[in-house]
Amino acid sequence: MTNKIFKTLLTGAFFTIGSASVSLSAECIAPANPGGGWDFTCRSITKIMYDIGAVDSPVQVTNMAGGGGGLAYAHVVNERNSDSELIVAASSATATRLAQNAYSGMTYDQVRFLGAIGADPGVIVVAADSPHKTLNDLLDAVIANPSQHAFAGGSAAGGFDHLKVLMALGKKGFTDISKVKYIGVDGDADAITQTVGGFTSAMTGDISGVVGFIKSGDVRVLASFTDERIPGFENIPTAKEQGVDVVAVNWRGLYTPKGASEESYKNWTEALRKVGDSAEWAAAMKANGLAPFNKVGPNFQDYVVGVMAEIQALSKELGVMK
Amino acid sequence: MELLNNLALGFQVAITPTTLSLAVIGCILGTIIGALPGLGPSNGVAILIPLSFSFNLDATQALVLMTSVYYGAMYGGRISSILLNIPGDEPAMMTTLDGYPMAKKGRAGDALVLSGFASFVGAFLATIGLMLLAPILARIAFLFGPAEYFALYLLAFCTLGGIGSQNQAKAAVSVCLGLGLAMIGVDNSTGMTRFTGGNLHLFDGIDFLVAIVGLFAVTEVFVFIESHGKDSTIGVKLTKITIPIKDIIFTRWTILRGTLVGFVAGLLPGAGASLGSFLAYMSEKALAKDKSLFGKGDPRGIAAPEAGNNAAAGGALVPMLTLGVPGSGTTAVLLALLMTLNITPGPLLFTERPEVVWGLIATLLIANFVLLILNVPLVKIFAKILQVPASILLPGVTMISFVGIFSLSGSHFDLLLMIGFGVLGFVLRKLEIPVVPVILGILLGEHMEVSLRRAMVLSDGDWTYLFSSNISIGLWAAAVIGFLAPIFLRPYLKKPVAHKTDIK
Repeated sequence: MTNKIFKTLLTGAFFTIGSASVSLSAECIAPANPGGGWDFTCRSITKIMYDIGAVDSPVQVTNMAGGGGGLAYAHVVNERNSDSELIVAASSATATRLAQNAYSGMTYDQVRFLGAIGADPGVIVVAADSPHKTLNDLLDAVIANPSQHAFAGGSAAGGFDHLKVLMALGKKGFTDISKVKYIGVDGDADAITQTVGGFTSAMTGDISGVVGFIKSGDVRVLASFTDERIPGFENIPTAKEQGVDVVAVNWRGLYTPKGASEESYKNWTEALRKVGDSAEWAAAMKANGLAPFNKVGPNFQDYVVGVMAEIQALSKELGVMK
Repeated sequence: MELLNNLALGFQVAITPTTLSLAVIGCILGTIIGALPGLGPSNGVAILIPLSFSFNLDATQALVLMTSVYYGAMYGGRISSILLNIPGDEPAMMTTLDGYPMAKKGRAGDALVLSGFASFVGAFLATIGLMLLAPILARIAFLFGPAEYFALYLLAFCTLGGIGSQNQAKAAVSVCLGLGLAMIGVDNSTGMTRFTGGNLHLFDGIDFLVAIVGLFAVTEVFVFIESHGKDSTIGVKLTKITIPIKDIIFTRWTILRGTLVGFVAGLLPGAGASLGSFLAYMSEKALAKDKSLFGKGDPRGIAAPEAGNNAAAGGALVPMLTLGVPGSGTTAVLLALLMTLNITPGPLLFTERPEVVWGLIATLLIANFVLLILNVPLVKIFAKILQVPASILLPGVTMISFVGIFSLSGSHFDLLLMIGFGVLGFVLRKLEIPVVPVILGILLGEHMEVSLRRAMVLSDGDWTYLFSSNISIGLWAAAVIGFLAPIFLRPYLKKPVAHKTDIK
């Protein structure tokens, strides 16, 4: 009898301790469920940080899904504002939502952006058997007959993937955005299956999500939204060289609480810089289709502010926010 | 021949003392995690990922540990379903319907062994299916667009009548409640929030794990308090463990059918193990000549969902590995693990990283045998954890549930929500309304709505789009038959359905 009780208590204690020990070491919050870009950011960056000795002990990764990152943002601002042992994964989606005021009134200056050490270039992809051979083919077809074409993307309507399409169409002078059909599905791979299956005309997403499908020959990438062609994918033309001047990359980075000590901010930027320069990170970027994008420290904060102003202006112009 | 070579490569990777012991550890941890309400395979695996890094495991070893935990949890979920009437994780929900009544009849041991065996067959055949057909089966995902998915979910809801209760109206009320709750959160088609009251915690909707633990475990606590411990349903005596050969032979076709249905459901991205076990149960009930025992401890009602959910677990690995599309919450976590290990699943994974894929398959085969041993002869050890008196067990289970749910989001809001669901479950139980359909509504309702909305966006609101492919027409036909057949067939059935609910 006592033996049984003991077993129960032991099991309980095992799990309690397992969860309680989380707060003892440094922590990286991935503001989404495991499996997405933020989760990747936290897990790979912290792993490399420890592997190359930029931090002394492994960094614990916590998933805090909710509100498209808003829940974690609120948690950091309200409850962990002075925690020096905390970093949080961020990306263009974070900036987009902050710009669109989607974090219930919270603003970008309530945290400190540490930096970004990689970026996922935006791409427009069609099925291999699609009649559209170039970006202009596709955009002209959509403009001529919007109701016959639909885009699939991994973000919700009004999100970053949707905006990329609207920005490209905007450059062609087409601004009747309510006519453009877009379905938000669960991630890039899902958007690809819908496009290869013939349910949508094209897919808008990041190159990391489509690498496998490019190699297998299921899809054709019409354009990348980058200044230069993506290293390793030199045969993919940029939108810019096709006359559609849109640059949209999904940077992968981190922020810290605003009230964290100046010293810890320096330490974290230093650690992040080391990861950015490491061979391990170069390998991880290559395997995941990330392009080099290195902005660490105060100038990154300036970059984020600039991008947000751009998104805000666009969102208002395009009508996805008031 | 190539297959055998590949498999040999896989076993070479998998059979080393380290990986083997990791597989055993993973299976044991997984079974415990699965058996504990509130800790499902997805958060179990998520909690353990950091462990694999701190032990410096390489890619294959980490994968072995995690997939063993995954399969182990799929086995373990049934233990608390049968012994406590509280599902250990969401796919094990259907097993409560017949597993617990069977245990109440004093056949807990038989129920555990039978379900363990069904789990083994389901998981084993699904692994073989994964091995032989993965690259071909991956193409199935391309055939399913929004219209087809909508028809598939509709099929699930059309066959739902009378589940967990003989009163169809009460089941319908319960489904509607679930569908309503599923609407909370950000609407993906417009980006607007619905019914969240501006609360950030509700932006992503209600986590079904919170609902399950609330409706089952917390409700049980309330009932226990109300009756001063006398009326609680908890506290089944575990009989001697023998192998119920009769039941196994009786359910042999059930197990195979459940496996097939579950595997196919698992192949479809997004559908996952819960739909697999649900469809396996419902199709078995539809096929059975004498339905009167379902819900009262019919061995077929245990074998079908267990074979189904374990087969679906294997099936869900197909789209995850070949397309990078996770078919369930847990495969999403495994996908994250793979990506952290610099392995990007996709169409070329099988040719580019054969050692990873075949090592994984070999591990799954090994894990299955380990789990068969753990869950049939040794099941008593796990069951003992749940055998303490209810007055001690219940607070313990509740405590673990709280820890498990807290680990999901790290916010106390989910805990309050869980208690809210406990109160709701208590009220529903008093009204004799079954709770299983509520959860199915939350679980599948969101997918169904989103599919319909996407279909409408694609077709400019033309409803005939829903019937535009052979697959969707076939699914619609099955749904209509599933809904109408019981109504017309009832007079011809030998025994009229008893008008008494089984909800306790």
